[in-house]
Amino acid sequence: MAIAREAEPVGSLREVREAGLDREDLLGVYRNLLLTRGIEERGHILYRQGKIPGSFYTGRGNEGASVGVATAMGADDVGTPLHRDMGVHVVRGIEPWRIFAQYMGRADGPTKGKDGNVHMADSNLGLIAMVSHLPAMLPVAVGCALAFRIRDEKRVAVGWFGEGASARGDCHEAMTLAGVRKLPVVFVCDNNQWAYSTPSHLEFATEHVADRADAYGFEGIVVDGTDLLAVYREARRAIEKARAGGGPTLIESVTLRMEGHAVHDDAFYVPKEMFEKWAENDPLERFRTWLRQNADMSDEEEEEISGEVKKILNDALKRAEESPLPDISSLRDGVYATPEDLDTPHHK
Amino acid sequence: MPELTYLQAISDGLRTEMRRDKRVFIIGEDVGVYGGAFKVTLGFQEEFGHWRVIDAPLAETAIVGACTGAAIMGMRPVAEMQFADFISCAWDQLVTVAAKQRYRAGTPVPITVRLPSGGGFSGGPFHSQNPESSFAHIPGLKCVCPATPEDAKGLLISAIEDPNPVLYFEHKHLYRRIKAEVPEERYTVPLGKARVHREGDDVSVITWGAMVYTAEEAAQQLDGDGASVEILDLRTVMPWDKAAVLESARKTSKVLVLHEDTRTGGFGAEIAATIGEEAFEDLDAPVKRIAAPDTPVPFSPPLEKAFIPQVDDVVAGLRELVAY
Repeated sequence: MAIAREAEPVGSLREVREAGLDREDLLGVYRNLLLTRGIEERGHILYRQGKIPGSFYTGRGNEGASVGVATAMGADDVGTPLHRDMGVHVVRGIEPWRIFAQYMGRADGPTKGKDGNVHMADSNLGLIAMVSHLPAMLPVAVGCALAFRIRDEKRVAVGWFGEGASARGDCHEAMTLAGVRKLPVVFVCDNNQWAYSTPSHLEFATEHVADRADAYGFEGIVVDGTDLLAVYREARRAIEKARAGGGPTLIESVTLRMEGHAVHDDAFYVPKEMFEKWAENDPLERFRTWLRQNADMSDEEEEEISGEVKKILNDALKRAEESPLPDISSLRDGVYATPEDLDTPHHK
Repeated sequence: MPELTYLQAISDGLRTEMRRDKRVFIIGEDVGVYGGAFKVTLGFQEEFGHWRVIDAPLAETAIVGACTGAAIMGMRPVAEMQFADFISCAWDQLVTVAAKQRYRAGTPVPITVRLPSGGGFSGGPFHSQNPESSFAHIPGLKCVCPATPEDAKGLLISAIEDPNPVLYFEHKHLYRRIKAEVPEERYTVPLGKARVHREGDDVSVITWGAMVYTAEEAAQQLDGDGASVEILDLRTVMPWDKAAVLESARKTSKVLVLHEDTRTGGFGAEIAATIGEEAFEDLDAPVKRIAAPDTPVPFSPPLEKAFIPQVDDVVAGLRELVAY
């Protein structure tokens, strides 16, 4: 039996305005959504061209949810996005050419070639770089929230994890600590129904991951992750609740991972009908249709935005390809931090 | 100068930093109302409040992970593991997240993890270990192992000040047994600088933590033989003071490396190998290692005594070296 609240879809423009977004904002959200998908589509081409070492991961199907949550965050809020959450980096303002540089292991990627794919973040944008061990970033997000609580700052941390990662102890420990201390943190579960090849019913035995929230002493919400605006509205509510001292929320955003775990995986184990059904609810197409029907997005506006995004991507690719590979003299740099490294917006 | 026990010196160091720097807080199991399992933080919650002296759930992963997040947000967290052995539960947070964050993502993680370690009182396999070698092997982590009250305070302050994740191994067998004068004011002891605990000419003992005192007792017995033993207290095993070790090796030409951790792959192996590589021509005897055998730490007193290197073992080792 489900315990978590199941969120309603978002209807009218008026409802969205009440949730904090005006028409201009919505067009900006559409741009970010196009950019998010565009970065990963171009990344895929780079991979096929043999320009990306190692493997390549995308968040196809999760673009709306990642953009939706990030749009709900305040400028001083922080987060620990994962490999399906490119939209968070985009909304927070990372320059796309640096993502392509990161993909290709170039010196100008956020990790300067020390780490690959989406294992990156710009801490100046309030993001902390993920590790492969999911959900190890949840306790870190809780620690950010702890710092805010100790200093009595009205800031919120957002921690992402997947339904597969929900099986690990870090997830339980992070939620336990956040719950007992009522910390200003929002947990976002990207439930894309497949942990590599393992389906959800072999990862957790409750109906929803969000049902667990009740056991940690806070609210759980299940939302359709292909409905960007519904995700935005629920994230915004949860973030503002946390900011006001109301403690954590667990939001489970349900999507389908529309590609394999990574580029090498053809996802043969996912039933074809499942892909067909979820393809009807593509988050980008769904939001575009909503904008045309509810916010009167015109052909000209749509063309202008897609033209701008195309140009950003073309310029970004060109600039990234000009970025050099890291010099091997940097191999040993930065294993240990120096006191000067602490001169950041956060460490002061 | 007041005389403090090793344990009081740790408290004094932590209190000094918490009074000086509002960013410093302590989180751990039972550190608040109870004052910590060994009473290092006794009275801290009354002075600093429950948001700076935080009783955590029994969740080492959350404790260390939360320290990492708070550190990235500008705090200077100190975590207490109730026993060093329990750090195994937080391995991933230390080794996967904290240790690599600076190198790969450019984000420093200035956290200190306090680890009550070491055996000698039938703590058994899970309350007696000295896991410093495991962490010294992880690039990005620092490992501190004070032996004296003065160092316990000064090294703790340095650990908190350091912009990296620092593991601070405080030896439980020294807590109340070792007492010495400790300056009242704030001071730091640099990480990576060894201390000559005792000067000597005939043979060197390279050691750290509680084994400094085992070596000291053994050295006194060697005095009766007419052999003078130098004891070098490494103080920190990562970074470690290679120059001081090589200097002592060159001076006496005979070296015993001594540690309470188990032998194979213990940090003593790294020291012995380095001496072999860089001071071979200066040696008059093979480098000798004395360490615990490669077993878990046993519980029953005779077994534990046989496990932890004893004064007699060190005396025998030193005599062998002197006679070589």
